Amino acid sequence: MTSRKAVDPALLLIALSHGVILFAGFFAPYAADTQNRELSFAPPTALHFWDLQGHFHFRPFIYRSAALAGQPNTYREDRSRIFPVHFLVPGTDYRLLGLFRAHRHLFGVDEPARLLLAGSDFYGRDELSRLLFGGQISLFSGVFAAGISLVLGMLLGGLAGYHGRWVDDLVMRIAEVFLAVPWLYLLLSARALLPLHVEPHGVFLLLMAVLGLVGWARPARLVRGVVLSCRKQDFVLAARGFGASDVYLIRAHIFPQAASIAATQMALYVPQYILAEVTLSFFGLGVSEPAPSWGNMLAPLQDNFTLQFCWWLLSPAAALILVFLAYRKAFAHYAKAQFHL
Amino acid sequence: MGRFVRRLLHSLALLFGVSVVAFVLVDSAPGDFFDEMRLDPQISPSMVAALRKQYGMDRPLPAKYLAWVVSVARGEWGFSFAYNASASHILWPRLRNTLLLSGSATFLAWAIALPLGVLAGATRVRWIGSAVSLLTSCLIAIPELVLGILLLLFAVRTGYFPIGGMRSAALVNGHDSGVPWDVLRHLCLPGLCLIAGWLPLLVLHIRSAIQEILQAPFVNAARSYGIPRLRLLLVHVLPAAANPLISLFGLSLGMLISSSLLVEALFGWPGIGRLILESIQARDFFLVIDCTMLAAGGFILGNLTADLLLEVCDPRIRL
Repeated sequence: MTSRKAVDPALLLIALSHGVILFAGFFAPYAADTQNRELSFAPPTALHFWDLQGHFHFRPFIYRSAALAGQPNTYREDRSRIFPVHFLVPGTDYRLLGLFRAHRHLFGVDEPARLLLAGSDFYGRDELSRLLFGGQISLFSGVFAAGISLVLGMLLGGLAGYHGRWVDDLVMRIAEVFLAVPWLYLLLSARALLPLHVEPHGVFLLLMAVLGLVGWARPARLVRGVVLSCRKQDFVLAARGFGASDVYLIRAHIFPQAASIAATQMALYVPQYILAEVTLSFFGLGVSEPAPSWGNMLAPLQDNFTLQFCWWLLSPAAALILVFLAYRKAFAHYAKAQFHL
Repeated sequence: MGRFVRRLLHSLALLFGVSVVAFVLVDSAPGDFFDEMRLDPQISPSMVAALRKQYGMDRPLPAKYLAWVVSVARGEWGFSFAYNASASHILWPRLRNTLLLSGSATFLAWAIALPLGVLAGATRVRWIGSAVSLLTSCLIAIPELVLGILLLLFAVRTGYFPIGGMRSAALVNGHDSGVPWDVLRHLCLPGLCLIAGWLPLLVLHIRSAIQEILQAPFVNAARSYGIPRLRLLLVHVLPAAANPLISLFGLSLGMLISSSLLVEALFGWPGIGRLILESIQARDFFLVIDCTMLAAGGFILGNLTADLLLEVCDPRIRL
């Protein structure tokens, strides 16, 4: 084994972004669906350190945004009172990891001011909170769907490669059919399986199932190749000669090799599946309001007014690029390591 | 030749398989076009049932499939409920638009990528290599959807380019003289988005193919004969590197119909990609299947073309 020198920055970035999003309830100042109708399309709130008298504050503070009378979506700061940013403040209830009831947030300000670090959307919902909670749906549907299709692919591909004969033929012919349809078209025709309007609760699971279903063919083909080449290797033949059982062979010799390939492929598939969820939601075929996802948060940008004046609504796009970059780098890292082995 | 015929039959079987999968997927969807119709209070349930019977949508799946096959053979490609016309009337103009967009984009992408990839693969100047690497890794990291939104933002902010669609509203019913120029202006941004999608893939493959061949012994031999560098690159290295590039070319041919789905939907380009999105939302049964079949058919045809080209170009394959 090669010794691990430093932690790869890409892996660190992946771990960090997923960690923050996993604890979204803690890092987000508000709930994803708290509306402030009087703050529709408010730009990001500015953090201040110097007050009007020129005094420096160690604790950053904000001014309350107030709508200008008669001008929609135009705001100015109400400088009459400062609202210091507090840390570890009690706020709205949320469930940490979906299990523990909690109400502490990393930061927040006193009512009636709102701390909108990334602006707000049409309903005045905090974009940053929605970005974090939306990441939970987008990132984890990506990870889980990639997991589903990898497991499915490994099972079917492993079966095909190990059993050979007609099972191999059957599985590979079906895989070919799935591979012959371009990815987005396959995704869309599989999406047609679901009812047009899915309620937000069920959509997460259904979407993952669909995504996992359409993507099994590529990993299956890959794993089949690995298993086939494994079976012919001398140590496998030797083990078989010593009377090793099928289960033992798969567990001790074939699975470890296939698993390392699966790890590499995971770094390739996860961003693809994240993008699949984002794409579906963007076109109104995936996660629907009020649940946030990076896709349906980007959807308002199809409107020209929003696109022109609300640049802060692009924040999911920035998050997407960041995550993509991290996964690309991780894949390159793993692929290189595997190549040298 | 026999090999090729076998490949052709295989492709046809594949198309058959795709059509079965598409039918099963789309048919098992809950609700159809007529269910959405029922929301209209002026249409009675018996009317919906009668319509469904009239269009043959109450029959079992195999019967529907057979009817579709017959209709494809007649060149009608099924019936669109939303447009109330045979699907071919809707499909062909859309297909032409898609091919116009993705054809020009793919052509330009190759025209840019080929010199860039060869340059990056053959150069000994370090900064050129790293500049190309930087460009490709930047383009790879930006998803097409995000790039499209950014380009739209650019169009909205500057007003240099039209924001969407294929023709300006003023020209749709007017005289024809300005149309080609108008379409070209509408083509720019979606085309750019598609080119940006293809470019990193093409450049990386071309570069690695060139680099691989440059390490072959025959290149050293040719160099020692004193063959000029450019001639060596274009006459000896490039043909030797053609093999993976032909497969890639087949892929890009095959993706002509399908690659532009996202871009079409974003920029409102009236092509096949936007059609399938609309058809899914309208539950327009046959159009969803037709679009999927066209995309898959194009893909299979592209692979077939690549196989044929390889067989022509590379004698090793024929063995």
